[in-house]
Amino acid sequence: MTCHPVVGAQEERVGTSYRAVAVVGPPNSGKTTLFNRLTRLRQKVGNFPGVTVEHHTGYVRDAEGNEIALIDLPGVYSLTPKSEDEKVAVDVLTGEMPGTPRPDAVILVLNSTNLNSHLVLAGRVIALGLPTLVVLNMADELHNQDGHVDVLALARQLGTPVALVSATTGEGVPAVTNFLSSAAPQPDPLELPVVGNTKSYREWAVRVGARAKYRRPAAPVWTQRLDSILLHRRWGPIVFGLVVIGVFQSIFAVGQPLSNLLQSFLNTTGARLGSYLPEGLVRSLVINGVWKGTGSVLVFLPQILLLFLMIGILEDSGYLSRAAVIADRTMSRAGLNGKSFIPLLSAYACAVPAIMATRTIESKRDRIATILVAPFMTCSARLPVYTMVIAAFLPNRPVLGPLLGTRALAMLGLYVLGFMMAVITARVLKSTILKSKDAPFILEMPPYRWPTPSSLALRLVDRGKAFLYRAGTVIMLVTLLLWAATNFPMHHWQPPAVQDSVVAKVGHAIEPAIRPLGFDWKIGVGLLTSIAAREVIIATLGTLHGVDADSHASDLQAALRHELTPAGAVALLVFFAFAMQCMSTIAVVRRETNGWKWPAIQFSYMTVVAYISAFAAYNIVNHFLR
Amino acid sequence: MIFNFIFGRHKHHHVRSGCALADLNVGDRAVVEELELAEPVAEHLMNLGFVPGLEVSVARSGPGGDPRIYRVDGTEVAIRRDVSRHIHVQMLGVPAFGD
Repeated sequence: MTCHPVVGAQEERVGTSYRAVAVVGPPNSGKTTLFNRLTRLRQKVGNFPGVTVEHHTGYVRDAEGNEIALIDLPGVYSLTPKSEDEKVAVDVLTGEMPGTPRPDAVILVLNSTNLNSHLVLAGRVIALGLPTLVVLNMADELHNQDGHVDVLALARQLGTPVALVSATTGEGVPAVTNFLSSAAPQPDPLELPVVGNTKSYREWAVRVGARAKYRRPAAPVWTQRLDSILLHRRWGPIVFGLVVIGVFQSIFAVGQPLSNLLQSFLNTTGARLGSYLPEGLVRSLVINGVWKGTGSVLVFLPQILLLFLMIGILEDSGYLSRAAVIADRTMSRAGLNGKSFIPLLSAYACAVPAIMATRTIESKRDRIATILVAPFMTCSARLPVYTMVIAAFLPNRPVLGPLLGTRALAMLGLYVLGFMMAVITARVLKSTILKSKDAPFILEMPPYRWPTPSSLALRLVDRGKAFLYRAGTVIMLVTLLLWAATNFPMHHWQPPAVQDSVVAKVGHAIEPAIRPLGFDWKIGVGLLTSIAAREVIIATLGTLHGVDADSHASDLQAALRHELTPAGAVALLVFFAFAMQCMSTIAVVRRETNGWKWPAIQFSYMTVVAYISAFAAYNIVNHFLR
Repeated sequence: MIFNFIFGRHKHHHVRSGCALADLNVGDRAVVEELELAEPVAEHLMNLGFVPGLEVSVARSGPGGDPRIYRVDGTEVAIRRDVSRHIHVQMLGVPAFGD
């Protein structure tokens, strides 16, 4: 760095202005709320190399207009690098994280209503020797509930500036902005406990708190009242059930139609756009390649945003932790914990938002296990396939009066089948490769709060962007590849008939492999194109049989009956119940686990399970029909 | 060896004076004595406030009886029974019978 001649007080700041500041704090300290308030939409999401921990970097301008990067570190209670989160925090703070500059200063966010335990982290962070601002957050709750802290006395005790703020109301936040603009001196060395264990740090924290005249606020009355209902022996599960139905219904009844609406809008605009282009390769590439690719990414957005709105409300209000307590008993039987419940439930609508929702699960192993089993849940993309095959092969006869017919029963059976496989897989995973004796169910219960619209909105923007940028690119790429596979080899610049295309050749090539399941090459082509999205198999089979699948569904059903034996149809249903025929899910798993390892394992596992089960189903049904 | 032989195995006669957190009833108060758990779990619990010497109370039970919610130093924490039975505590506010 070049040295500027120091002329007067104004110039003095030039060399000392911060460029990177780390934001550190324990979970439930309101760290992210403060970060969002400071940086607003000027954020970007990234992963640190080699770890699944995601981090946000936001940008603020100081009083002179210099840009400062704020690095939001994962929530940690201490700096003993035991968990992945803590290791990331320590590496960034000590400048050992590749690709991230060592921060010039630290903003340490603590919950002022819980200082006795949060000051433990202060001791450890200040000891690093970086200029530090200690932010005592949730000042509004502290004051409302008759708590007290002497900020000046605490600043003297810690040797750093201390600010009492409320990130939700904005009270005291200017003090944080001031800190960023004016370089604070390095903190004086603290008198820390000689033995570095948690107990002695805790005692130190209580001593420091007492000298700062800290008085803990009274337990929030409303939280007590609400908990006595929401965790009640009888009412608790009832409210929980209503919430669950609400989340599920909103995705199915609101998100699904919105996605369909978006899809048909994209289709009509695509068709209109196409009419301006000359017939041939260019039009096909733009409309069936690029436009369709964009569309298949975009149609997920309504469901993702809706689910994250629901989860945002549940999480910010504090109910998600209570829901986890209620669901824990049931989920523990499958070897998972209560926090997996909401993601698994949303997987019934779509695995993509469900997998993105697993980030509320703190335990890494439980999170991976949940991600791996989520696609077994019967998502809405399987429904059209199930409906078509069942309608083609199963006559509808009443089983239980007019309410439940054979077709509905078959559908229900497929739902149960997916669920059972998810439970079995979870159990197997949790007792083998993802065994986690070290992550038991210990969960802090935050007090109930009103979710703020701005933090909900930021969360939606953040998730929406993450999906479009990181998963969207992969989905787009696969769509283009599939387009190329159905449009080559060309004949006089004309795309071939489907049966002469590359995809058909691959279909023929894999025919020996799928023949034991009762499938021919046409079904094989359907399986290949359905990697774009499961329901695509219907359109593909329609094209292969020269039938418009939308308007002549019964013709396609007749064609299917001609092509598949009943045993083959059962095998096809079973295959679709288990196989990971969805590039969007693959892309999202890659994005959420930060690598190709888990999606590769998951895809292979699910394909093997699907293949073996379909093979078994084909032979068993054949045996009985003979 | 010879010491043990003459005076008896000390460990076998050791009777814990307190009980486990899981044995308390809702509303009971106690002082944390010892966390007989793997280090990362014990560390996590201590960060949340389960430090030996601090008071803990049973705030409420989840709908199925497990996990239960404990209050320690102003924080409420839900813990499953498989962990809370390894947190040894000394009961408060009850007459010390047979002590």
